[in-house]
Amino acid sequence: MMPAHDIRPVSTAAWLRGSLLWKALAVLTVALLLFLVANPILRIVITSFQDPADGSLVLENYAIAFGSVRSLRAFANSILYGVGVTALAIIVALPMAWAVSRTDMPCKGLVRGVVLGAFITPSYLGAVGWILLAGPNAGWLNQVWMGLTGSSSGIINIFSFSGLVFVTTLYSFPYIFVFASDSLDLLSSEMEDAANILGAGTLRTSLKVTLPLILPAISAGAIITFLDTIALFGTPAIIALPARINVMTLQLWQFFEFPVRVEAAAAYSIPLIAITCLLFGLQRLVLGRRGYVALTGKTSQRRLIVTGRWRWALLGYCLLICSLAVFLPFAALSQAAFSTAWGKGLSWTNFTLHNFAYVLFEHPSSAQTIANTFFYAASAATLAVALGLTIAYILNRKLVPFGGALAMLAMTPFVIPGIVLAVGFYIAYTSPPLSLYGTAAILVLAYTARFLPVAFANSVAALRSINPEMEEAVRILGGSRVTALTKVLGPLLKKSLAGSWILVLIPAMRELSTAIFLVSPNTRVLPVMLLDLSEDGNFEAMAALGVILLVTTVLIVAISYRLLGRDIILKRS
Amino acid sequence: MPARPFRADTNQEASGDDVSSQRPIASTLRLIDVRRGFGAMMAVDGVSLDIQPGELVSLLGPSGCGKTTMLRMLAGFLPPTAGRIEMDGQTISSPGMTVPPERRQMSMIFQSYAVWPNMTVAENVAFGLKLRSMSRATIAKKVRDMLELVKLAELADRYPGELSGGQQQRVALARAMVIQPRVLLLDEPLSNLDAALREEMRFEIRRLHDAFRFTTVYVTHDQSEAMVTSDRIAVMKNGRIEQIDRPYSIYNEPKTRFVAEFIGRTNLITGTVAPDEIVFNGFAIRKALFGAGRLTNTNGTITFSLRPQSIEIRSTPPNSSDGQVSVTGALIQRTYLGDSWDYLVQPAGGDAALRISAPPAQMLEVGVPVWLRIDPRQMAAVE
Repeated sequence: MMPAHDIRPVSTAAWLRGSLLWKALAVLTVALLLFLVANPILRIVITSFQDPADGSLVLENYAIAFGSVRSLRAFANSILYGVGVTALAIIVALPMAWAVSRTDMPCKGLVRGVVLGAFITPSYLGAVGWILLAGPNAGWLNQVWMGLTGSSSGIINIFSFSGLVFVTTLYSFPYIFVFASDSLDLLSSEMEDAANILGAGTLRTSLKVTLPLILPAISAGAIITFLDTIALFGTPAIIALPARINVMTLQLWQFFEFPVRVEAAAAYSIPLIAITCLLFGLQRLVLGRRGYVALTGKTSQRRLIVTGRWRWALLGYCLLICSLAVFLPFAALSQAAFSTAWGKGLSWTNFTLHNFAYVLFEHPSSAQTIANTFFYAASAATLAVALGLTIAYILNRKLVPFGGALAMLAMTPFVIPGIVLAVGFYIAYTSPPLSLYGTAAILVLAYTARFLPVAFANSVAALRSINPEMEEAVRILGGSRVTALTKVLGPLLKKSLAGSWILVLIPAMRELSTAIFLVSPNTRVLPVMLLDLSEDGNFEAMAALGVILLVTTVLIVAISYRLLGRDIILKRS
Repeated sequence: MPARPFRADTNQEASGDDVSSQRPIASTLRLIDVRRGFGAMMAVDGVSLDIQPGELVSLLGPSGCGKTTMLRMLAGFLPPTAGRIEMDGQTISSPGMTVPPERRQMSMIFQSYAVWPNMTVAENVAFGLKLRSMSRATIAKKVRDMLELVKLAELADRYPGELSGGQQQRVALARAMVIQPRVLLLDEPLSNLDAALREEMRFEIRRLHDAFRFTTVYVTHDQSEAMVTSDRIAVMKNGRIEQIDRPYSIYNEPKTRFVAEFIGRTNLITGTVAPDEIVFNGFAIRKALFGAGRLTNTNGTITFSLRPQSIEIRSTPPNSSDGQVSVTGALIQRTYLGDSWDYLVQPAGGDAALRISAPPAQMLEVGVPVWLRIDPRQMAAVE
């Protein structure tokens, strides 16, 4: 209601900063960001220099953290692990991306779908699938080999460094695939036509024109793959631990075993943070130079490369990778989930539904665990989207003077490995004055912090796509900022907000490295339970739980595809 | 259709308030030395302007001249850094205090139309009325009448995504006008339309303005748009108003070189003042022919704007001198533009060519001798 005579002026400064409500909201947002992001990270740094006994500043923690051959070995292994996975992922993903984006290979939809499948599969689940496939002697592939050759031992041992790199690659290559195929899709085929018309053949054009143009995208994907790998906890816990290979994340975890050495863990986290910051800085440098691939927005008029009979070879290659990443491990997991003992093979006597009954009803805490998982993930998704949108709005409408700092803070968790963030939360919020250890809150908050960048970046993009004039039109007609938000911006943002929510929900449901430091017996979540079952060697129950997690994830993705459109997931963001 | 269909409701809307029930539906606007800087750059650098009730004034200028910044200050989206804006004598914008946009009772048509895609045409138009807490029946009637007026009655239940650009433009117009704003602001409203539609909508905007007579400020960079729609045109350059005048005067009596060149095509010719004539490059004109009082500068040089349309071109010598000046020359270049010929003529004994616009039927060959007839009263001295 706007009375016709009410045109009293207000002070410009007050009006610019918005009403008290907006000021309060801005203050609250900043406080939350400090709590979720700044404090945990700051505490890691401070703690790493603190004497555990009296709190004085010392360098001793670093001596403890890096003073043993074991921990240095872990450091070296992690770097080797990251480099290995990245290199292998590039080799695996590039031909696939090229085949799907630029050639006339058949069944592209299937290949893209399976890559998406690999993308949403938690790699620790894939790792268990591969234990069933390539465990020494007992694994299915080894059984087949022994059956065929009469050999007395299998040929593949997944419990090895190469096994670790292999399995991790199968679930990391989608990063490179997405980056490369996205930029190939954006690349006008006129670029290639121009080379062709000057006399260059397909191979020459691909190597001399296409490849250099998408190189920035590939390097961006490679950096993410590397950082993701060295911060990975689940796969190493399942494969490297039994193989007695130590990596940084496992070493970090061991600092929390009795006697807990939090200060050493903090010191040990610092190089991880440093490497991440360094590489992201490098990436900015790479992407900043030269026109990135979004050279033209025009994707029409694309000419696909005719590959003739080679198209079947390309398809065969793609299907091989798909089998390794999805078909084979999923088949092995499903078989185990429905078997009394997975090693007995496919037979009616071996078929049972008991594993599902066990994990759903009989296991003392699993029903609670499943409920926790969804509840925490949904809460974190809601919080992250709300916070991300608020920050994006404050930034977009310039409601506070220090917007740039706010944005940087919101994006910081993106460059902080999840496992390090968890250590930060542990240090900051499990001891007085604020002891949240054992509560659901600490998990929800940690998830929120971890996935805030996803929600924030999405909100920024969504807000940017809405012309500010949409809101100004409301204001000039007599509506307040709140009216504009509820009547216009809200409805317009609905879809992309739902998209961001899903994009946080899915990874939060399968998040292991954050959870592992912060769960208590009452707040266990599915990924932690999966890990426990796998450590116990109870692969049948573990597989059943994995199938439940996967089916739910696939359902959520399918429903959101249906409601929100295809471009929500598996797009570079 | 009544000329001002919504006027009858005004009093009812403002009932209970003596001051506003007496105010005219259209307001006066007064801009007093308004300035706005962004950092070191002055986007608006001292604009003073009085706008009468019901007047349509356009702010015309190239991009970066400060016209949009000026409009956003009028709307209240941006406070001035100096000076003030008054509406009906009340200060609404000043560096210290400003009335927020939602309390100014103005409306605005945006460059992007800003038609809300989540609401139907009717809901878009009804939005401002709902904020004014009118009865459902009143709103329905006003919306219907307004849509009728902008020829969108059949599309009331469509969503903006289903409309063409021109139709969305009409929705934006209807939405802005239905609330009977005290001031209507238009920010390059036609720049996103194609040429034919732009032509049509110019006249449409003028028609609607004649129907409602809202006080209107219209920002555009298109001079022909401003000519068609405006009561007065303020030509802006570098944050200042170069000249404000009726369209006829702006075109025929430009005061500065910038205005002369920005509005239409022109010949800028500079002459040296002699005792009783002005000597141009290749010809001279007696002072007496300019008419009394039109030559203020009595020594040095004067620059004139001479429109190509004001020069007559002939292939035969004129027989008598009737207050006009005859100049002989050679046709050195010609271009056919469809609705006219564009000739370039070099006066004999001069080296600066004149541009002449002639009707299509008057076809002359390059190289032939021609005679130009210039009416000195149509030459405007510019600074």
